[in-house]
Amino acid sequence: MSDLTKLTLKAAVDGLKARDFSSEEITRAFVTNIEAANPALNAYVVQTTDKALDMARASDARLAKGEGGPLEGAPLGIKDLFCTDGVQTTAGSNMLKGFIPPYESTVTANLWADGAVMLGKLNMDEFAMGSSNETSAFGPVRNPWKSKASNAELTPGGSSGGSASAVAGDLCLAATASDTGGSIRQPAAFTGTVGIKPTYGRASRFGMVAFASSLDQAGPITKTVEDAAILLRSMCSFDPKDSTSLDVETPDWTASLGKGVKGLRIGVPKEYVVDGMPAEIQALWDKGVEWLKAGGAEIVEISLPHTKYALPAYYIIAPAEASSNLARYDGMRFGHRASEAKSLTDLYESSRAEGFGTEVQRRLTIGAYVLSAGFYDAYYVRALKVRRRIAQDFDAVWDKVDAILTPSTPSAAFALGDKEIDPIQMYLNDIFTVTANLAGLPGISVPAGVDSGGLPLGLQVIGKALDEATVFQVADVLEQSAGFVAKPERWW
Amino acid sequence: MAIDAATVRKVAHLARIKTPEERLEPLARELSGILDWIEQLNEVDVDGVEPMTSNVAQPLRLREDVVTDGDKVAEVLSNAPKSADGFFVVPKVVE
Repeated sequence: MSDLTKLTLKAAVDGLKARDFSSEEITRAFVTNIEAANPALNAYVVQTTDKALDMARASDARLAKGEGGPLEGAPLGIKDLFCTDGVQTTAGSNMLKGFIPPYESTVTANLWADGAVMLGKLNMDEFAMGSSNETSAFGPVRNPWKSKASNAELTPGGSSGGSASAVAGDLCLAATASDTGGSIRQPAAFTGTVGIKPTYGRASRFGMVAFASSLDQAGPITKTVEDAAILLRSMCSFDPKDSTSLDVETPDWTASLGKGVKGLRIGVPKEYVVDGMPAEIQALWDKGVEWLKAGGAEIVEISLPHTKYALPAYYIIAPAEASSNLARYDGMRFGHRASEAKSLTDLYESSRAEGFGTEVQRRLTIGAYVLSAGFYDAYYVRALKVRRRIAQDFDAVWDKVDAILTPSTPSAAFALGDKEIDPIQMYLNDIFTVTANLAGLPGISVPAGVDSGGLPLGLQVIGKALDEATVFQVADVLEQSAGFVAKPERWW
Repeated sequence: MAIDAATVRKVAHLARIKTPEERLEPLARELSGILDWIEQLNEVDVDGVEPMTSNVAQPLRLREDVVTDGDKVAEVLSNAPKSADGFFVVPKVVE
């Protein structure tokens, strides 16, 4: 039999249903791959092989009776910020080392209800704060891709670096991920995979370790646009346990595929041409425009004038929310507690200093600063007003365009260690993705080409709130036109 | 706006993160760099703009005020650094 781990989610689900192979077979094939690759890629922080095989056998029993859900028997990887009942969940932090949730996140519960199999938990930047996976307490994930020009180890991006690396390296059929400023789309772009952040409120945040609650949103990283449509549908649901969950129907987004873009109006925002953007990124963007034009779409130049303020606003809002959310880690009820302390305050301060890594400490300090007396209005409230300006920019163009095309990232994957020294350089990774978080809009990254070193590059499609259907429709045409088939050469 | 070591000491305390003296200066430089970059927000005209706290336009949902969950002492305590007899054990706080 051909290598089952190279199948798309769609092909695997069809093959399982047709009983061409069993869930146990494909699960074992992934376990073999993970054992061979993980010492090099460091994508998984926990492997749940026994649980996976149990789930696979249960799926096989259902499939034998002609039963089973839309993901029946499909082995997936789960980002380590989704709480999984009885399986360690750390969000990449020493603060939560050994934390075993006694409950299941809604997103993962939805997946198990649809028949999916859990291979394990995927590495990530600590509390999802990072763009290179280097802030993880478990060490950085390595990108399966290497540049032809150098043997340097590359970042898979972040914060969902483990998810992206595992999908690109055939260590799972598809993976869950989460996106606060670009943490699904940037790693997808860096690894030649597809990643979509849906409209804020589509996927429940219940049981997701919180970073910045008004921005956090779950979504999948997959091998194809079709796989993303399938997995996103299973992940999304209305959930009374999440106060910002939207009580809306989750459509079948595979119905958008194959429709073409004839008659659609695609916006190209002039403010996304940024200083120092490599010519290769501009060329890829131009190509995307040509593909959509060739497909019969009308290209419309648009202006989103507040784009350049999105990242600085984000770096007030996200740390402010984090400083409030992460106040729960006080060493009392769960999480790390320092062993030596002179007073209660000292115990809090020592537990948090020992439990949190450098980047998390940096952001919590910024958050405390911008929320502190005397600075609250000047920083935090102003950032919230700028956020509305950014959302209004989008509102103002939706009567002229149906979707927006941009690059996903300002560069291809960079070498581990390259940007660690300068936080702002690292933050600039999210320059094209963060606007969709601030405005709550759906955004997808589709692999669309390679740079001169053969590294994947992505194009992003942003849509109206709750209009993932059009986003998938456009993404499908980009995928077909790009014909992206490159795979990383196995070096591990 | 430049942040000095004394401000970092104060803010680190607000964030309840113990920060050794020798880290104060480097952190002050890092945070000043980030805040300088953030200063560009002052260019934006935000007169009359309502702060945007949420992407979700819907009002918060209400539900009946009834017990929906509970009797989970063991689960609640399962990740406690220290517990005894169904309670969290914390350091003595009253001297």
